[in-house]
Amino acid sequence: MEPALAILVGILVAVAVWLMLSRNFVRLLLGFAMLGNGVNLSIFVAGRLSREAPPLVVEGEVVLGAAAANALPQALVLTAIVIGFGLLSFALVLAWKAHERLGTVRTDEMRVAEPERTP
Amino acid sequence: MLTVVLTPFAAALAAPFLVARLGERAVFLFALVPAGLFLWALANLGEAFPGRIEATPWVPGLSASLSFALDGLSALFTLLITGIGTLVVLYAGGYLHGHPQLGRFFAILFAFMGAMLGVVLSDNILALFVFWELTSLTSYLLVGFESGKAAARRAALQALLITGTGGLCLLAGLILLAEAGGSWELSDIALAQSWLQDSPLYTPALILILLGCFTKSAQFPFHSWLPGAMAAPTPVSAYLHSATMVKAGVYLLARLEPALGGSELWLYSLGIIGAITMLLGAVFALLETDLKLVLAWTTVSALGTLVFLLAPSQEPSVTAAMAFLLVHALYKGALFMVAGNIDHEAGTRDLTKLSGLMRAMPVTFAAAALASVSMAGLPAGLGWVAKEMIGTAKVADNIGLTLTAATVANAMLFAVAAIAGISPYFGAKSDAAAKAHEAPWTMLAGPVVLGGLGLIFGMVPQLAADRLIAPAASAVLGTKATLEITLFKAFDWKFMLTLATFAAGAMLFIAWRRYGAAWRERADPILARGPDRGYDHVLAGLAALAGWQTRIIQSGRLHRYVAASFVVIAVMVIASAFRGRFALAGLTDTGRVIEWAVIALTAAAAIVTAAATTRLLAVTALGMVGLGVAMLFMLFSAPDLAITQFMVETLVVVILALILIRLPGFRLSADGDGPRWLNLGIAGVMGTLVSLLLLGVLAEPFDMRLAEWFAAQSVPEGLGRNVVNVILVDFRALDTLGEITVVAAAAMGALAVMMRAARKPDGGRGPDGGRAPDGGEGKGR
Repeated sequence: MEPALAILVGILVAVAVWLMLSRNFVRLLLGFAMLGNGVNLSIFVAGRLSREAPPLVVEGEVVLGAAAANALPQALVLTAIVIGFGLLSFALVLAWKAHERLGTVRTDEMRVAEPERTP
Repeated sequence: MLTVVLTPFAAALAAPFLVARLGERAVFLFALVPAGLFLWALANLGEAFPGRIEATPWVPGLSASLSFALDGLSALFTLLITGIGTLVVLYAGGYLHGHPQLGRFFAILFAFMGAMLGVVLSDNILALFVFWELTSLTSYLLVGFESGKAAARRAALQALLITGTGGLCLLAGLILLAEAGGSWELSDIALAQSWLQDSPLYTPALILILLGCFTKSAQFPFHSWLPGAMAAPTPVSAYLHSATMVKAGVYLLARLEPALGGSELWLYSLGIIGAITMLLGAVFALLETDLKLVLAWTTVSALGTLVFLLAPSQEPSVTAAMAFLLVHALYKGALFMVAGNIDHEAGTRDLTKLSGLMRAMPVTFAAAALASVSMAGLPAGLGWVAKEMIGTAKVADNIGLTLTAATVANAMLFAVAAIAGISPYFGAKSDAAAKAHEAPWTMLAGPVVLGGLGLIFGMVPQLAADRLIAPAASAVLGTKATLEITLFKAFDWKFMLTLATFAAGAMLFIAWRRYGAAWRERADPILARGPDRGYDHVLAGLAALAGWQTRIIQSGRLHRYVAASFVVIAVMVIASAFRGRFALAGLTDTGRVIEWAVIALTAAAAIVTAAATTRLLAVTALGMVGLGVAMLFMLFSAPDLAITQFMVETLVVVILALILIRLPGFRLSADGDGPRWLNLGIAGVMGTLVSLLLLGVLAEPFDMRLAEWFAAQSVPEGLGRNVVNVILVDFRALDTLGEITVVAAAAMGALAVMMRAARKPDGGRGPDGGRAPDGGEGKGR
């Protein structure tokens, strides 16, 4: 099933990029969340898939069974999910605050850091 | 030899403290440093052929070692750097008497001395380049030493930009050279001529190296910085801009002559550029009235002569080049110090205002006369010997044009020698001469010693020939050169030519006295359009280009930055990934219905998110995508991931909903996100690329070693049965700690932002209704 998931990852990334190219800050953040999902899934898929064999060592054994899933990408993705969540939450709060200050969610109207007439 | 190179740097560090503590007496202590190094070089002269190499590892991974080589060429340069260095340090003590920043001056001067020694002693190309750039940098600091003057700052910047640009070319050229020659050591590359010159890298390497050398040694059309560098204090002009640093380019050409010389490209580029520079410098020298500028232009001319002499790669011309190098360093160092004396004691350097100085400054005059005799190439000076050798070299080349060029330049330099060295002392006493008096001994030692050396070597030329010139020429030629010098050969046509040159020079001098002012008037509008003006145009153009590209690239619009990032990523992936064989993985199993259903659902939800125009729909669809991914984790044996993803996705939806509720109505549609087709294109390309890459990765065999290691070690080493958890909290515990820190920081940041939002209420949400002034910060309470 890996190739089918690879196509799904492509779709997620394409949608994410499309959303991130928007001038609407909220759409950009939606795209950002979507990109995280796509990237996590791609790491997971690249580590190869297995069905109904979670990486748990059976009671009494010392070594993981040969058919069990690859644990390393799972550990990496777990970290990535949590960090992505932290980043997204912070960005969302910033967006809210920015809207409050500037009264807009459009990035091309947010010109405080780089005003229109820079020398 | 590492110690030798590092000694001046140590002196540079100590100089400010010594000046602060000892005052100007510290100068005598300073002079001991180069004097000691000079003695070291003298003591090691015997080993100069075939040479000696010492290496200290530096960055072995980059094949950079601090290897130093002492042979005839580097010995000659070391003697010049340390010998003239000693005199210049003494001289500077007198010249800068009472200057408040004496410590800074000597610190930079010693740093330059160390860098210059590094250039001429380095055997490793990278070390040589580092020292080379250090000389440019210290030269910049010394030219701009009088940093209060705008002219000095401009001249310093110009020198730095021109030599710095050349330095970049040189770096590229040297890397190509090392690639083609198969070694980073100059001593190895010198032996690699046969296959080096057949290499396709030869031509680009040579052109780039020549650019580096020509900018450093002020060859046409990069010469404009050298006259400008006369803004530096005179000891600096004498040291850096006549005797040592400007010869670094000549040094490197001579050093690389065995490896790169002998080709037509070498012969013609050095020959033509050198000849142009030689003539141009001589002509401009006749058109100046500032004594230092006259000397600067003759330095340009002399550097042209040296490059010109290195062109044919034959023994007579190389020997002549080495002889002229020595002669020029001696007389030009002396003449610059003399110019400084006149400036210092008579208050002006303007030749039209200087005459009759002999009575007031007899010792200075004597030194100037000695140096001028050498410069003019009159008998009894070392210049005579060099001139004879140059004459021989020219005949050996047997090219009428070069002979003419060199003879014309010689005649002009003869005239300039009379102008700069003799004429200020004779004639009626000018106003300046009336109040002039002799310089202190520290400022006389330099010119007298250098001028005297020219005389001594002129009397016993065989001494200089055997100990200095022949070993240096041997190092350049790669075979042992011997040199028989006879002061007077035969009364042949060459001798007649020399006499004719003197006569022409003398006539030119007389003509200059009568018509010089008219020449200058005529030449001024032409000079105004020279490379110096070109430099200004280039600089202005560069600033305009920078402004333009900043406006284009840094538009200040986020969506353009995002688009640019994705386009760059796409281009780089396409350029690097799809080369040669690229296989794609195919479906190997049919899969279960539920798997296909979840995949389809997730894809559909993603597309709905993209198309959604209301916030509620968008957030719901995004949540669906997240849940779909969680289900995929579940289906493919990753329960830990699934649990985390469920939790996180729920939280994301909750937070999104909370925040979107607080934002007043706006539509989520893609209105105004033009150009829409471009965005669609970028998104499509990115998605396709990721899919293709992933399919490519899946087609490769999978390396299970890491997975197996964790599977085997989890229980015995980590004492845990859930391998994912063991990896997170045990094998990669630091990663997890970092992750927790990031999440905590994000939470604290978000909290801080929210609390400020609460304190600065908007729309009646906060406890009080006050609003901070426009653009102001919310006041903490």
